[in-house]
Amino acid sequence: MSERPNRDGGGLLLAIETSCDDTCAAVVARDGEIRSNVISSQGVHDRYGGVVPEVASRHHLELIETVVEDALAQAGTTLPQLDGIAVTQGPGLVGALLVGVATAKALAAAHRLPLVPVDHLHGHVAASFVQPDPIEPPFLILIASGGHTLLAHVKDHGARWGRDGSIEVLGSTRDDAAGEAFDKGARLLGLGYPGGPALQRLAAEGDPEAFAFPVAAQVPGLDFSFSGLKTALLYKTRELGEEETERRRADLAASYQRAIVETLARRVERARAETGIERLAIGGGVAANGPLRERLRRLAPDLHVPPRELCTDNAAMIASAARFAQPVAFPGYLSLDAYSSGERGL
Amino acid sequence: MSPRRPSLPAGAHRTAGPEETEALAARVAAALEPGDVVLLSGDLGAGKTTFVRGAARALGVEGAVTSPTFTIGQRYHGRVGVSHLDLYRLGDLADEDPALLADYLTPERIAFVEWPRAAEPALADAGVTVAARVRLEHAGGDARVITVEPV
Repeated sequence: MSERPNRDGGGLLLAIETSCDDTCAAVVARDGEIRSNVISSQGVHDRYGGVVPEVASRHHLELIETVVEDALAQAGTTLPQLDGIAVTQGPGLVGALLVGVATAKALAAAHRLPLVPVDHLHGHVAASFVQPDPIEPPFLILIASGGHTLLAHVKDHGARWGRDGSIEVLGSTRDDAAGEAFDKGARLLGLGYPGGPALQRLAAEGDPEAFAFPVAAQVPGLDFSFSGLKTALLYKTRELGEEETERRRADLAASYQRAIVETLARRVERARAETGIERLAIGGGVAANGPLRERLRRLAPDLHVPPRELCTDNAAMIASAARFAQPVAFPGYLSLDAYSSGERGL
Repeated sequence: MSPRRPSLPAGAHRTAGPEETEALAARVAAALEPGDVVLLSGDLGAGKTTFVRGAARALGVEGAVTSPTFTIGQRYHGRVGVSHLDLYRLGDLADEDPALLADYLTPERIAFVEWPRAAEPALADAGVTVAARVRLEHAGGDARVITVEPV
């Protein structure tokens, strides 16, 4: 886990990311300049329309070759010119991750390149390290997406997790991720699933004070919980009945969104007070949420927010993280396996 | 003679909160053996993940046990391998690689499956046994009615 990027050659890294729905590849230079960042868009459009995307590992298999070719072509480079190949090792759906891992191994082995296994969440942190607007540690980061919600103290650029490592997790969700809370709330309001973006649009027309939903009740320390909020919304819709729920949907959405934003913001506020670290970054798909950004900017006016395409799942952040992670030389990586969330041991 | 496993706590149980739901799940876990699958159903927020957390703890899993909705599946190391699947996003498995769930459903692991309709055909092929169906229902506030039906 080197603290400084390996600068010899100043070359390029190709990264592959297939931990969930999207098939991604990117080329990033050692200094953090993004040369290409390709994200398969199948499913993304549908997701916003409320249609369930195809999650199949088969979907990754069909797209991976083209996505890698596009990333190399857009960067104006070829495999033999690379310094190494990075890949998301976990956490995620094992079958989906393995498509990326197998591809990365095969490409690296064919050219005797080193392979850099990267943790997806180190990637979300390293999205804040890319040019042209990198943020330097130490800082606090809130990563909130469909699959993850955690608050961490980033001490240096490296990949080592833990109190004595590069990234210390201060709190994480006990049940649902924040993005999932948006999606499930949308489903309870009849907006389809996954309907997080639809709920956020509707919330803009509603009164966030109309209903009082619980904010991080019953969870100690800096951990998060969204399960009770989900149940509170379910009970509220039952109490109101179908017609009234329909009529007050925007108010329900706005109040529910406010509870999610407050849950996140209050933990951030407390972490700042406890650690004395004021610099703050956010990452993950939920970082695109307007009210969350506004609320956090009231805490930290210089809140660091990477561009949207670096907040949602992408491979540029994986390449960025790989600059600070340990490469494995050929043939040591041929037995590399993927891991799911529970096997991460954090 | 090998020690006899306790039997599943069959029937309907009323739990007053998450702690009691986890305790009931621990009793279910005590009756399971590797290769067993438990199918879970219930509304959003009914406590499916809470139930799995209680069972996973009883099977020796430490650390966070969180919702697998987004990633579809989680695997945990306990005294036995524990898998937690949520197939809601998959709809049906007709278009999926049959091996998609192979990393999660094995004769060596105990698995908990939410929204299992999609998985039932795959279960038959994976060499695993459905040991129980668990239905969770809201009963006001934190209370739940949890029905355990041995298969």
